[in-house]
Amino acid sequence: MAYLDHAATTPMLPEAIAAMTAQIAVTGNASSLHAAGRRARRTVEEARETLAESLGARPSEVVFTSGGTEADNLAVKGLYWARRDADPSRTRILASPVEHHAVLDAVHWLGEHEGATVEYLPVDAYGRVHPDALREAIERGPDDVALATVMWANNEIGTIQPVRELADVAGEFGVPLHSDAVQAYGQIPVDFGASGLAAMTVSGHKIGGPYGIGALLLGREYSPVPVQHGGGQERHVRSGTLDVPAVAAFAVAGEYAAEHRERFAAEIGALRDDLVGAVRAAVPEAILGGDPSPAGRLPANAHFTFPGCEGDSLLLLLDAQGIECSTGSACTAGIAQPSHVLLATGADPDLARGTLRFSLGHTSTKADVEAVAAAIGPAVERARTAGLS
Amino acid sequence: MTLTETPQPPQRPLRVLAAMSGGVDSAVAAARAAEAGHDVTGVHLALSANPQSFRTGARGCCTIEDSRDARRAADVIGIPFYVWDLAERFREDVVEDFVAEYEAGRTPNPCLRCNEKIKFAALLDKALALGFDAVVTGHYAKVIVREDGTRELHRASDMAKDQSYVLGVLDDKQLAHAMFPLGDTVTTKEEIRAEAERRGLAVAKKPDSHDICFIADGDTQGFLAARLGKAEGDIVDESGTVLGTHEGAYGYTIGQRKGLRIGTPAPDGKPRYVLDISPVNNTVTVGPAAALDVTGLTAIKPRWCGAAPSGPGTYTAQLRAHGGETEVTAELVDGSELRVAFTEPVRGVAPGQAIVLYDGTRVVGSATIATTERVTAGV
Repeated sequence: MAYLDHAATTPMLPEAIAAMTAQIAVTGNASSLHAAGRRARRTVEEARETLAESLGARPSEVVFTSGGTEADNLAVKGLYWARRDADPSRTRILASPVEHHAVLDAVHWLGEHEGATVEYLPVDAYGRVHPDALREAIERGPDDVALATVMWANNEIGTIQPVRELADVAGEFGVPLHSDAVQAYGQIPVDFGASGLAAMTVSGHKIGGPYGIGALLLGREYSPVPVQHGGGQERHVRSGTLDVPAVAAFAVAGEYAAEHRERFAAEIGALRDDLVGAVRAAVPEAILGGDPSPAGRLPANAHFTFPGCEGDSLLLLLDAQGIECSTGSACTAGIAQPSHVLLATGADPDLARGTLRFSLGHTSTKADVEAVAAAIGPAVERARTAGLS
Repeated sequence: MTLTETPQPPQRPLRVLAAMSGGVDSAVAAARAAEAGHDVTGVHLALSANPQSFRTGARGCCTIEDSRDARRAADVIGIPFYVWDLAERFREDVVEDFVAEYEAGRTPNPCLRCNEKIKFAALLDKALALGFDAVVTGHYAKVIVREDGTRELHRASDMAKDQSYVLGVLDDKQLAHAMFPLGDTVTTKEEIRAEAERRGLAVAKKPDSHDICFIADGDTQGFLAARLGKAEGDIVDESGTVLGTHEGAYGYTIGQRKGLRIGTPAPDGKPRYVLDISPVNNTVTVGPAAALDVTGLTAIKPRWCGAAPSGPGTYTAQLRAHGGETEVTAELVDGSELRVAFTEPVRGVAPGQAIVLYDGTRVVGSATIATTERVTAGV
């Protein structure tokens, strides 16, 4: 088996599994006042401090959520509602068109149901938002912008956004900028404090932590309207009893990611380069998606378009060879859709259907790359025969 | 003609693609193929351009829930599963054909068309291109391999469940890549459900699907009216006397008795039936049951499971999906037109339907009914 879909989820680190299993048998609601509660709270707060430190944030800026999707929803909807409540004229949302659906569908929903005007920022051929494009969009009406949201790095093609520069532009106008850093976290430096962001999303299971846990990094001056009401946990922004074992394991994975990121990025980047080379050697007409410059893309991401092929056919053929990867794009009712990311970069819709994303991770080996090198040529040939139905 | 009575077990494991609708039959078929040692991959065909999020009691084959049921079954069987979007092909080849046939006064069979153009064409072609050997479906029919290696399509062992009629359009090339694991055993639906239950397939208790999958609420007339619009015309008797009006000739099927809405009763007091639908002048002709008797027909677009027969021959014929058998002599004229004479007159034969010819249980071929010869002249 060659598992090359780490951007979907990556195996849990043994250290995180140990932390989680150690906590799972311990009783205690972190909101309780008695000894059991205090014990749980201590575990949670230590985890919060660990994560905060690994992300350049203050502990109070870490709001635990059930994962990346919830954190994105809380940031986008919560900040929109709060900003509009403070000034009803603020109804404009500026979003990159290459966002994950957790952001894209949330802003779309605000447009459909909450009177928001959603404007998609122009991107270049790599899916990158230029700071001037954000400036231009804000300047069309600086007072009516509720928020802007641009992901730190793209989940499909791996393109890294100039987050600091974008945050500077937003900051000039007092516009809060949110960034989904789910894919960036653990691969490139992600420092919330230095970023100038108002809010930032991270997730546990993409960095070797457990499923079902994530966090919204939230600047202390921001009070988004909660999506989830209840007991007032997490700064009254995200109610719900905390999942102590998951929180503890998330922190272990976060700490590990911070400590090992540089070495991991170098190693995985070299392996990724081998994979890109192997695919190009086997299929010369394959088009590398995203920024070809190593500085501009995630080190673990390799994305290709195979002209004349359907991504689904390639998946099927590679899966039969024990190679697990992804088309990279979302599906509707299981039906592959042309990638919205590629469409946003100006790709031809037929081409946008023939994509594969290989994403490497901490368990990836040379053998995985060799398996792809051996299988990709025949698979592409066969998929091309099957064509685009 | 010597037949190998027992269908041969597979000589070698094949790579097969199981079309999984989300229903119990196709799930059990896929499971049986996997159990027989084949390398099975499940595929759900997304055939509706606008899949409903969740169905509301209606049974179709295009809903997200069906897709999930199919995926769940594939997971239990332990086979890979994909959803393939064939909605555009289905719309062109099945739905539009269905509407156009009704508009032309004929009565199409969309399931047959789907087998011909989608399951054993679009799907099979893609499967073969991707390196699969065959397509597996949950149809009740039997493929028998003769000693010389030729393949024959036969009625299912269980005549009551036989679906060879809707597969009669398959030619020998398509048949060479078809696998019907349900056709070989005499099984009641209850037994298939019990087998599904035994195999841990949650679709065991799922109700049967509707006849026409793309008309989820079962209202064919409503569907056609929405597509073709109202077009009032006359309902006349055989002499041309106007008896009433209709809102669209497409809404009628030859042999139909109910829903004619004619005020005046027939002179002899007997029920009247739709005898003819004429889209050209938008009239529906009604008359007595006896006038429905057909002595022969011509059919077009013949397709043969194997070589086309030379000269006239005697066969049994089936004229509609759940119809009985009738004895005919049939002859292929000019290689493109099938002329059929019934030994005994047959009632209610609708152009657009398929005639499937059988030699015993073996499917010889099929053709689309174009015109009929009535006992009583006039229509």
